[in-house]
Order: sequence, then structure tokens, then C-alpha cells
Amino acid sequence: MAEIVLDGITKRYPDGALAVNDFNLTIAEGEFVILVGPSGCGKSTTLNMIAGLEDITEGTLRIDGQVVNDRAPKDRDIAMVFQSYALYPHMNVRENMGFALRLAKTDKAVVNAKVEEAARILDLTQHLDRKPANLSGGQRQRVAMGRAIVRDPKAFLMDEPLSNLDAKLRVQMRTQIAALQRRLGTTTVYVTHDQVEAMTLGDRVVVMRGGLVQQVGTPQHLYDAPVNLFVAGFIGSPGMNFLGATLGNGVLRTSLGDLPLEDRARRVLEQGNVSRDLIVGIRPEDFEDAALTEQRGAGLVCTATVEVRESVGSDVYVHFTEEGGPAGSAELAELAADSGRADTGMQGHQIVARLSPATRAAEGEPLELWINTPRIHVFDPATGTNLTHPERAEA
Amino acid sequence: MSTSAKAAAGHGRAELSEGARQERRLGLLLCAPAVIVMVAVTAYPIAYAVYLSLQRYDLRFPAQAKWVGFGNYGAVLSSPFWWQALWVTALITVVSVAIELVLGMALALVMHRAVFGRGTVRTAVLIPYGIVTVVAAYSWQYAWTPGTGYLAALLPAGSAPLTDQWQAIGLIILAEVWKTTPFMALLLLAGLALVPGETVRAAMVDGATFWQRLRLVILPLMKPAILVALLFRTLDAFRIFDNIYVLTGGSNDTGSVSILGYDNLFTALNLGIGSAISMLIFLCVAVLAFIFIKIFGAAAPGGEPERR
Repeated sequence: MAEIVLDGITKRYPDGALAVNDFNLTIAEGEFVILVGPSGCGKSTTLNMIAGLEDITEGTLRIDGQVVNDRAPKDRDIAMVFQSYALYPHMNVRENMGFALRLAKTDKAVVNAKVEEAARILDLTQHLDRKPANLSGGQRQRVAMGRAIVRDPKAFLMDEPLSNLDAKLRVQMRTQIAALQRRLGTTTVYVTHDQVEAMTLGDRVVVMRGGLVQQVGTPQHLYDAPVNLFVAGFIGSPGMNFLGATLGNGVLRTSLGDLPLEDRARRVLEQGNVSRDLIVGIRPEDFEDAALTEQRGAGLVCTATVEVRESVGSDVYVHFTEEGGPAGSAELAELAADSGRADTGMQGHQIVARLSPATRAAEGEPLELWINTPRIHVFDPATGTNLTHPERAEA
Repeated sequence: MSTSAKAAAGHGRAELSEGARQERRLGLLLCAPAVIVMVAVTAYPIAYAVYLSLQRYDLRFPAQAKWVGFGNYGAVLSSPFWWQALWVTALITVVSVAIELVLGMALALVMHRAVFGRGTVRTAVLIPYGIVTVVAAYSWQYAWTPGTGYLAALLPAGSAPLTDQWQAIGLIILAEVWKTTPFMALLLLAGLALVPGETVRAAMVDGATFWQRLRLVILPLMKPAILVALLFRTLDAFRIFDNIYVLTGGSNDTGSVSILGYDNLFTALNLGIGSAISMLIFLCVAVLAFIFIKIFGAAAPGGEPERR
């Protein structure tokens, strides 16, 4: 258990490519921190630098107060869980889990006791004498976890440990990992590209893009107050809806209608140095069937033709096309490419609204929608910055 | 080969459906050309050698040719020349293959880890293997010849290493190692590429030093590749001929079993004895291959179908 401090960590490859740029983060003792972002954002590189599997080009890395930049992985006292589990195929489960302890010349009886204990926690006791090849995916994953916990290391590093499991098992293991981490209280750095994993597991989430940290915060904070378009679009499922807007007379003109601005937002937007073309972000749950809300007056009511209605029981998702055309931005293009939306070849600009299951919305019929306007986000298309971010307004 | 072996294995099973029988017939037909070629170039000479080895047949006295059964084998096996040659061959095989394994492994690791100039390193390592053995052997011979050789010049005056049994065997092993280590390195490099990078990195994080990673993780995972490399090289080394023929001609008790067979067949023109020696070499090689495949079979990757 230890504090991990990343101070200006930078990774530059010999060919000049910058994988991680000036990463600053203090991970408190016992904290569960998630690094999340699309592939190629530098999250795994950062993890490998903490593990010592990749050299740090610039900056200092401190584990438990000691600078470990030049220490070999074996001298950092950290355990790592890999995406492929990286079990030793020629050793049985017991040998796999006890490998690090045996290398450390731990007394045999102690190794055995620790392995048995870990196997008990992970429900692997009856598999101890089997080879990895004879285990299921979930069991292998647990052996990889067991290999990490028997060592009682200063920190766990996990590199997409669940991405090789099927969807159902992934959810189960996610809960197990969260429970295990809480129980052991070991500092954990977890890398994933799945924002659901990030939101559900982490004490704090670090969103990365192109080697740069975009935002660090609790899952709820990232969700409520994303600093830019990228974080706003990356966090949340279904993702935030973005539409083009122009500023005029204290309202935001969009194809859905004129969105009134709150005083705070208006002050920021009317400071003068803000472009008049903006992007508005609305989360799906900030829509509601106008017939079902009691706050009709507080927001904006607009009409749209429902194209697709998806009921998931607790909610109804309604898809419709916004005529104004998509909001253009490099960050949105990257998000679309990452989520595969760019490949579906859908024309127009789809908006998703999450409505109460009581809605009467039907496919092909017009529907009155209410927008909870105080909760909208306004972004600058050039920089992607969230102009309505609370910290920004206070400044 | 393996297809026909599989088809043969299928014979033992009872009652095949019409479709399966058709399929097998097609399979046999498809391997037939390969089988015919193998029979023509391999089986026939072997059978003829077996036939010759069972006769007294000296080309200097063709009239005295006579069927002697296993007499030639008795003559060879009771001769000190055979046992001397077998001992020299075994010594060269064991020592050269052992050195090649260690050097080849080191070269494979270097080639595997080389960050820059990978192609150059591989080409440089492979050059000895690309040179014709006889040419290389002649250059070694000149190098070790007193008076003219640059390597012999480094030795104390008056020494002629190729004329002393032990020194000559040492030089033969040196020439052999120089020539075939690249082959070993290539086979081992292929095996090394099969070891998953994440597994090695997991061992690094688990606290293994370089030697521990090599001994406890990399080598066990490479075992099948190592056994194949050892099998190939042992069988090759056991049939060593060119290097000895050029370097010493087999004099001073440095001849291998192949040299002995050659001397009897082509120098003494004794087809019977020579063929018997050839057959014995064939048997030795077959036994070696059998032993390796038995060990190999026990450690085959088939036992662990999913190597991650």
C-alpha cells in the first residue's frame, strides 16, 4: 500500500512520437484510479511506465515517497494483471500464484499459506493443481488476480483485465474486483477503454486523449461537469447529444428551438471573446416527454418525429433526427471514430432521448419533448472547452 | 508423408461409410505422386544398400561375390575401426551440438532483442551457414596449415594441430560449430518468437532477474523448439563428413563413421562392408531420431493446447 506520485511524466519514443505528455497525478494510498480513453491515448503506456516496463522520458515517478524512475520492475514491489492474463502455461495454478514469492525466497510454508488464502478468496481452491490451459476464461482471470494479491504489493496495476471476458462475466468480475480492492485497500491503477468500467469501479477517473490528461475527477464529477467536448462525449452511455447553435439575444438558437440561458451561463458567454457559433450538449436523460413533466415552464418544449423507440423496461430511448446538421469538431470526429459511429454510415444527425417508461411515444409519430435547459452544456467548437463548466464560471 | 501416415492409421478402424472411404481413396491418390518419388529416390537406394550389405562384394574381385547374410555386419561390429569411428563421431556430435545450443541460444536472444540493425545482425549471423561446407573447410585447413596459415602462425613454432588426434578433433568441432550455429540460432529464434511478450513482462513484474526469466519462463516455453533444433542438429552432426574429409581426411583416428563408410566403399571398393557400415549409420540415426521423438512427444505442445 502506498502513494504513487506522477510528476510531469512524459514518454517520447525514439522516432519522436509523443505517447504521454506531462502527466501529473497523485494517487492516494488505497485509492482506486482508472485511466480511461480511446485506444492510442497513452493510458497503457502510462501504466507500463509505473510498472517499469517502459522507460520514463521525462518527469519523476515516486512510489511510497521514493523516486523509482530507474528501478527495474522487480524492485518496485508492484503487481500487474495483464489483458491476456500472461499466466505461465507450464506451471499449475499453485505455482503460478506462488511464483513471485518463490523468487523472493519466501519460506515454503508461508508461500503455501498465502496461495491457499488467495485461492480461497478467489474461489480457486479446487483448481490449484490444474494448468492454465484447463481453466475457463474467468478462472484464468482470477488466477491472474491471485498472482497479484498473494504478493501483498504496494500497488496493483491492471491493464484491461476484463476485456477478454464475455459481457456477463465481465460485469460479475467487475463487481468482484471492486469488492476485492476495497477489502484489501491496496492502491490500484486500472486501465480500460470502457467508460462503464471506469465509472463503476473508480474512486477517481482520469480521462486521456492523445497522450494528454483531459480531466481527473470522481465519476459523478466527470459526468456532471465535463471540462470539454471529448470528456462530455466519452463519459456516459448513450452519449451526450451535440447540436450546433448560435448565440443571440441571450438565447441559443438551435434547430430544436431557442434555448434560454441561465444567468451564470449568459455572463460567461457574453464576456465577448467567445465565438457566436457554439455547440450545445444535452444528455439523453435531460429530455423528457413533455406530457409527463411538471416543470414544463422551466425548460424548453420542442416537437420531433420519433424514428426509433427502444424500450429497456426501466426507460424508453427515443431516437430522432435533428435537421440542423451535426455539430462539427475534431474532438467529436474522434469520438465518433472511436465508438464506431463513423462506420455505421448513418445520414443526418441522430439525437437520443431517455424518457420515462410511461411515455406514449410511437415510431413515426410527432412527440413533444421537454428539455431541462439548466442542465445543458455549451462548448466552444474551436477549442472544445466547456463554457458552462462550473469552475470556469467562478473564475 | 504425414497425410499417408494418417491414412494408414485410419486402417485399423472398423466400418467406414461410403463417403469416408471415397475420401480416403482420394487422399491416397493425392499422396501417390509424392510416395512414388520417395520410393524412387529413397526407398530403392536403401533397399539396394540392404541387399549389397548382405553379400561379400568387393569390386576388385567381382567374381567372388557371394551371399553372406549378416557376415558383413559381424565383421564391422567386431572391428576396432568401427568402434573408434563411432566414438569419435559421438564425441564430435555431443560436444558440437552442446556448444551450438548455447551459442545459438545466445545469438537468438541477441537477434530477438536487437532494436536497431535487426536485418544486418541476422544477415551477418547467417553468413557462415550460406557458405558451402567444403569451401569453408578448405579455408579452415589453409588457416591451420603450418607455414602458410594465418591461424597456424599464431601457434608456437613447429606445431601442426591438424596432425594431432585431439587437436584435430577440436578443430573439426570448431569448424562444425562455426558453420552450423546460425542454423541452430534461427530455429531457436523461431521458438523465442512463440514466447508471449506479456508472459515475460509478467515475470519481470513478479521479480525475476534475466537468468530467472530465461530458466523458469522462456526456456520451458521454448522446449518444443529446442527439441526440434537439437534433433535436426544431432542427426546432421552424426553424419559429419565434409569437414573431416577436408581437414584431416580421417587420419590419426579422427574419422567419423561416415568417413569409415566412404573409405570402405569408394577407396577400398568393398561394396559389402561399405553398405553394411552405411546401414549401421542409418540404424544409429534412426535410433537417435526415435529417442528424440519419444522425449519430444512427452513435451509436445499438444499436451497444452492453448499456449498463451
